[in-house]
Amino acid sequence: MVNLVATAKEIRKKILYMNHYSNASHSGSGLSTVDILTFLYFKYMNLNVENAKDETRDRFLLSKGHGSAALYATLGLRGYFPLEYLDKFYVDGGILPGHLDKEAVPGVEISAGSLGHGLGLAVGFALALKQKKNKAEVIVMISDGELNEGSIWEPLLLAPHHNLDNLTVVVDYNKIQSFGITNEVLNLEPLNQKILAFNWHLIEIDGHNFEEIEKAFTEKTNKPKLILAHTIKGKGVSFMENKLEWHYRSPNKELLEQAFIEIDAA
Amino acid sequence: MRKTFIKTLVSLAAKNERVILITPDIGYSVLEEFQNAYPSRFFNVGIAEQNAISIAAGMALEGMIPYVYTINPFVCMRPFEQIRVDVAYMKTNVRIVGVGAGFSYGAAGATHHSIEDIAIMRALPGMTVICPGDPWEVEQAMNASLDYIGPIFLRLGKQGEPIINDITSSFKIGKATIIKEGKDLAIITTSNTLEICNGVMNQLQQKGISASLISMHTIKPFDAECVRQILDKGIPVITVEEHNIIGGLGSAVAEVIAESGRGIKFKRIGVEDAYSHYVGSHNYIREKFGISESNILKIVMELIN
Repeated sequence: MVNLVATAKEIRKKILYMNHYSNASHSGSGLSTVDILTFLYFKYMNLNVENAKDETRDRFLLSKGHGSAALYATLGLRGYFPLEYLDKFYVDGGILPGHLDKEAVPGVEISAGSLGHGLGLAVGFALALKQKKNKAEVIVMISDGELNEGSIWEPLLLAPHHNLDNLTVVVDYNKIQSFGITNEVLNLEPLNQKILAFNWHLIEIDGHNFEEIEKAFTEKTNKPKLILAHTIKGKGVSFMENKLEWHYRSPNKELLEQAFIEIDAA
Repeated sequence: MRKTFIKTLVSLAAKNERVILITPDIGYSVLEEFQNAYPSRFFNVGIAEQNAISIAAGMALEGMIPYVYTINPFVCMRPFEQIRVDVAYMKTNVRIVGVGAGFSYGAAGATHHSIEDIAIMRALPGMTVICPGDPWEVEQAMNASLDYIGPIFLRLGKQGEPIINDITSSFKIGKATIIKEGKDLAIITTSNTLEICNGVMNQLQQKGISASLISMHTIKPFDAECVRQILDKGIPVITVEEHNIIGGLGSAVAEVIAESGRGIKFKRIGVEDAYSHYVGSHNYIREKFGISESNILKIVMELIN
């Protein structure tokens, strides 16, 4: 049995290391997703690491393409590609681009970076799987800021219309977006009521609590499911948590070491 | 062309169960044939063009061959960025089918006209751009689209265009069809102006002028070799399109001529960078923009004399 807590710590350290050496942004955006990614890739999803395109695999789509470092770190630690690839993020001659390119490495289902695309794509995946009578699940993670995009609300209408019970949306509700506090930039609230009114099966959880995460994903429903995961931007590193600046900053050597100490001690 | 499109699509769907039809709520009295024959492969996703493209791309990533059909500007301009990322960047086998080339929607107004689509679509890396000139080319292009790798944009007329091509000739995506060979000048056209150009050909023939007529049904990949062969003849070239003269067929031909190092007489006929504010039928608006047999003939005569 994989130790999810220890694995999540490893992923967090990889993300910070990647953003440190490449001087890349979006540390906080990656850290908020880690516990859910860890649960999905190390416990929940049916995967075939040797054949990433295996028809029976569950599909995970990261719509918030700026959270790429978290997905790369997860895929790397899961064995989809050599861990050394994580040293080639966002740099000249690199392998892993800042925003997702599905041609970069195995395991990346969609290219992403422009917000508001992933949910429509996921609906396409889910409809096609039904067409093929394939029982695999489709899981798509979107950011809270992404809910500003009109193109998210089109598939939010359509998925329940088609009773897509093979589709789960996870909203990484970390409350901070590009230029401010999410609900100060554009108020999403009451978000849960909006989702319920759109006829989704809604589950609200603490997105850093593995028990709650597991319960949400395993809960049965005949509707499409939306997991509203309350998360903390920069989760796991005290000086990054809930700080807008860590949407942009990358840790220098001192801060990286300090962050590693905190993560190890937690 | 619409009828031929749907008839051919139904036949493709019979052959291949991966064929899907998606519409953002357009196609009344056109798409029912498919809907009735293959209800589980027909998706009216509501008036949501961005979603239509993303869903199609998702399906294509799962191995389906989705055709997205609606009025031209709404299928290729409204969801342009979805086409860019989900279709072109990800190289998905999505077929984007826009009905209403140029001013086809006439009095409906400029929101429904499409005079920028070719320029926009051909700027997308990897996008194949097909603009059939008659129903035969629609049928041929559709048949070729089934096993074609990569995204396709298909621009359809809607005027009940006649068949101009010799239906026994061969069709290949990326290879122009030469409808007639002549020695005095060459008329190259694309999409729904083939019929007008054919009319011009008849008038030229009566004047004893020998012209080539070329249907450049594929704008990308572009048949530069066809243009070079005309250059070898050294005859004047006229391009005709119901599209902005910026970025469309005329531009594509001009690029080949300019890089050839040779000079020939050359004229682009099309929409001179303007939206229509006229109220009237398709043909009425065409006349206003000089896309008519008489105006093309006048320009031809000026060019060759």
